Amino acid sequence: MADTVFEIRNLVKNFGSNEVLKGISATVKKGEVISVIGASGSGKSTFLRCLNLLEQPTSGSIEFEGNDILGKGFNVEAYRAKVGMVFQSFNLFNNMNVLKNCVLGQMKVLKRSKKEAEEVAMKYLSVVGMSAYVNARPAQLSGGQKQRVAIARALSMNPEVLLFDEPTSALDPEMVGEVLSVMRDLSKTGLTMITVTHEMQFAREVSSRVLFMDGGVIAEDALPEVIFTSPKEARTREFLTRVLEKRA
Amino acid sequence: MQFFNEIIGIISKYWQMLLKGLGYTMLIALVGTLVGLVIGLLTGVLRTIPKSKNTFLRILQKIMNFIIAVYVEIFRGTPMMVQAMVIFWGYALLAGGNTLPVIGAGLFIVSINTGAYMAEIVRGGIMSIDKGQFEGAHAIGMNHFQTMFYVVLPQAIRNILPSVANEFIINIKDTSVLNVIGVAELYYNAYMIQTMNYKIFQTYVIVSVMYFAMTFTVSRLLRLLEKAMNGKNSYVVLGSQSDPAAEIRVKEAE
Ligand SMILES: Nc1ncnc2c1ncn2[C@@H]1O[C@H](COP(=O)(O)OP(=O)(O)OP(=O)(O)O)[C@@H](O)[C@H]1O
Ligand SMILES: [Mg+2]
Repeated sequence: MADTVFEIRNLVKNFGSNEVLKGISATVKKGEVISVIGASGSGKSTFLRCLNLLEQPTSGSIEFEGNDILGKGFNVEAYRAKVGMVFQSFNLFNNMNVLKNCVLGQMKVLKRSKKEAEEVAMKYLSVVGMSAYVNARPAQLSGGQKQRVAIARALSMNPEVLLFDEPTSALDPEMVGEVLSVMRDLSKTGLTMITVTHEMQFAREVSSRVLFMDGGVIAEDALPEVIFTSPKEARTREFLTRVLEKRA
Repeated sequence: MQFFNEIIGIISKYWQMLLKGLGYTMLIALVGTLVGLVIGLLTGVLRTIPKSKNTFLRILQKIMNFIIAVYVEIFRGTPMMVQAMVIFWGYALLAGGNTLPVIGAGLFIVSINTGAYMAEIVRGGIMSIDKGQFEGAHAIGMNHFQTMFYVVLPQAIRNILPSVANEFIINIKDTSVLNVIGVAELYYNAYMIQTMNYKIFQTYVIVSVMYFAMTFTVSRLLRLLEKAMNGKNSYVVLGSQSDPAAEIRVKEAE
C-alpha cells in the first residue's frame, strides 16, 4: 500500500531480562494523527523510541514506507531526518540560540545552504510563534517556549512523521495550552503524528486513532470516540476511569 | 638593601637568559596544553563511538579503546621526568646516537603527557552532558561525529575549562623537569645562572616570582575566557505581536 508509513510487526524490546515491549503490531497510514495512552511504565516511550531507533528493538520488524529500518546497511541518519521527535525534556542544544537550533540539522544532515536553512527555520518559528526569539538561548526561555522551539526544530527538517513523547508533561499548567494549540494546528496540515500523551482531552479531540498500551502490548486500537465512550477492553475502561477521576 | 641590589644585579646581568627561559617555559606549557587538549578531545570522540553492529568494526573499536586505555594509564602512571629520559635517550639509541632537538622533544613529551590527563578530563566532561543533548541531535539525523563536534564538545569544553586551566598551570611548573634532557627553560637557565654567580637564594627568588607571574596571568586569563564562553545573559526580542517594529529588551528570566 502506497500510503502506509509504518508497518510494525511483533515488536519486542528487552532491557536485560526485563521485557518491556511484548510484541507490538500496528500500521500507521499517511496523515494519521495517533495518540498513544496508557499507564506509566506500560512501554509508551520505549515504543516511540524504537520507531526512530533511539532504542534498538530486540526482535520484530518495522517497515517505513516499505523499507526495513532494522535491516543491514539501512541509513539511520537519513531516516531520522524524515522521522522527527519531540521530547518531554525538549533537548534543545544548550550551546546555541533558537535560530541555530533550527538551522544545524538542516545544514549538516540535509546539506541545505545557510540562507535556505534560515528561511525554513524562520518559517517554522513563525508557525509556533517563536520567531521573535531567534537570539535567545534555551536557558532563557520558559518551558512552553522551549517546547515550541523544539517543535520548530523538528519541523525545519521537513519530516514525514513527527513523534511526540509527552510533549507537555514537563510544563507548568499554564504553558500546556500554548504547546497543545501548536500541535492542534499541525494535526490539520496532513502531517503524520504519533503522540504519547496524558492529555486525554487532546487525545480525544485531535487524534484520528488512539492506541491504548498496557503491560508492553497495544491492548486496544480504536477511534477516539470508541476508546473514550465505549472501549471494548475492560482494562482500557479501568485506566480511563482512573485518570479521569484524578482530574475531577 | 644589599639583597635588593643583588637581585637587581642578577636581573640586569642575566635578563636575557631569564626571559629566554621564561619564553621556552611558556611556549612548551602552552603548546603542550593545547595539543594535550586536542588529544583529549580526539580520544573522547573515539571512545564514545556507539558499538558498531558490524563484527569487524566492533573488534577494531575494542582494540582502539584498549590502546587509548593503555596510553592513559602509562603516561599518567609514570613521572614526566622519567618519560622525558626514556623518550629522549630511547630515540638516541634507536637513531644510532642522533638525538632529538631538545625543544621539539620537550614539546612532544609535555603534549603526550598532558594528553593522557586530558583524555580523562574530556571523558568526564562528556559524561557531564545531559543524555538529552545527544538524543536531540541524533533525533534530527546527526551522526556521532556531528553530534560531538557541534553539540556535545562545545558544552563539555565549557565545563572542563577549570580543569584545563589547572593542567596549563601544572605544565608551566612541571616543564622544569625537562632540564634533565637539557631544555633551556626557566629552571634550567636559573640553574646555569646560579652555577655562575653562586647566589642561589637570590636567583631562585627571582625565578619564583617569574613562575608565579606566569601562572597567575594564565589563571586570570582563563577565568575571563570562561566568562566569555558563558555568553550574553540577555537577548533581544524582535518585534511584538501588537507592534512588529517594537524592540523589547528582556533580561534573563531564570
Ligand atoms: N534504558 C532502560 N533500561 C532499563 N529499563 C528501562 C529503560 N527504559 C525504560 N525501561 C523500563 O521499561 C518500562 C517502560 O518504560 P517506558 O518509559 O517505555 O514507559 P512509559 O509508558 O513511557 O511510562 P511513562 O508514562 O512514565 O513515561 C519501565 O518499567 C522502565 O523502567
Ligand atoms: Mg514515557
